[in-house]
Amino acid sequence: MNLQEIITQLDLTVLTQPKSFETIEPTGGYASDLLSCVIAGAKPGNLWLTIQAHNNIVAVASLNELAAVIITENASPDPSVIEKANEQGVTLLVSRENTYQLAGKLWEMGIR
Amino acid sequence: MASLQELQGRKGRVITDKDAREISRVEELSYDLKISEVMTRDVKTVSPEMPMSSVLEILRVNRISGTPVLENENLVGVLSIEDLVRCMEKNELHVPVHQYMSRAIVSVNAYDSVVKAIETFSTHRKGRLPVVDENGKLVGIITKGDITRGILSALQRDYHEEELRRYRASHLFEDITSDRTSLILRYDIKPRDYTNGGQASSYIKRALLRLGATPQLARQCGIAIYEAEMNLIIHTDHGGVIRVQIEPHRILMQTTDDGPGIADVDKALTPGWSTATQEVRDMGFGAGMGLVNIQRCVDKMTLDSSPGKGTKLLMEIILRPEERFKEIEDPETAP
Repeated sequence: MNLQEIITQLDLTVLTQPKSFETIEPTGGYASDLLSCVIAGAKPGNLWLTIQAHNNIVAVASLNELAAVIITENASPDPSVIEKANEQGVTLLVSRENTYQLAGKLWEMGIR
Repeated sequence: MASLQELQGRKGRVITDKDAREISRVEELSYDLKISEVMTRDVKTVSPEMPMSSVLEILRVNRISGTPVLENENLVGVLSIEDLVRCMEKNELHVPVHQYMSRAIVSVNAYDSVVKAIETFSTHRKGRLPVVDENGKLVGIITKGDITRGILSALQRDYHEEELRRYRASHLFEDITSDRTSLILRYDIKPRDYTNGGQASSYIKRALLRLGATPQLARQCGIAIYEAEMNLIIHTDHGGVIRVQIEPHRILMQTTDDGPGIADVDKALTPGWSTATQEVRDMGFGAGMGLVNIQRCVDKMTLDSSPGKGTKLLMEIILRPEERFKEIEDPETAP
């Protein structure tokens, strides 16, 4: 399942500049709001589900080479966060749903 | 096309592989590039008294669709192919240029950014714009094609520069002969500077990749430095210094600060133990995993701290044979 299909099926909002999402195949997912846990637990190419929307999610996503960050419960990052994400090539997505619901759906879709 | 060669003076900017794929670089370039860098300098011009038939010939021979009209070197009008069509419809090719030229001149300044020309093109629906200098003298002409060519060539140069940088950097240890070569990177970290948190680690990661490090090694160092960097931002009184010493066979990373120091070093190393404030925890820090993460990424970690004095964190990665930076071969042992 590629990132474009995930974005379409889960009706995610793309905050950063579009990329060729259909060429990105997430390698799995990780859900946590604690940055150091993400650093320890998320693997390159993973999707990361969090309600955090501040600047440092970009650094964590970039360091870990994550496929995308999905910000849950419609939390909205500042424009400066989006700008920084664009600079570093990090994809930021937003979902209405909470982390638990979204993780469940992704699991169902085969992202494990 | 002569104008394209003059682009070389432009201040180069670092472009990463990720940037290269993004359209934003083009936008950035349209602000960076000056109109004078992409315009055509060799301009065909006509005079107001010239018959329209001569203009037809000039446009045809030069395969252009418009030309500025000059009188005593002053720009007095612009004649486009549409004006010529109107003239031909009336069968008036014998009349002088000034009867058909447009006197409402829309021009751009040579020192303006290319983005200014793009805006002018979209608001005035012109195919070409005369370019003038600070005295209003015609110095060139710009079309959308000039802009496309200028930006493409600047992008290509950026790419080339990055390749060159990578090439040079990856041969650093080979090019320099010494008994022991090391490269030292130093970053000053300010306390509570959450906005720039992660900046130093991303610079270090990029430097390592340029030096030819494997992505895995660059990631390990990036993570270790990120955690150490955030510790300086979150916990120190006055910030601190990150020092990274890169040698062909190992990477030595060190952070130093002048306080407050850690009361119980053993506790600090316990997974999940943190002294972070609620405010910091709300941002997702203070998981108590920082030092644990560092330990996981490096071969050796030493934490030396005393309350009131400060903390020194030493991290060392010994490079595996396939990870080592290439050095010049020892002339005595080389075959």
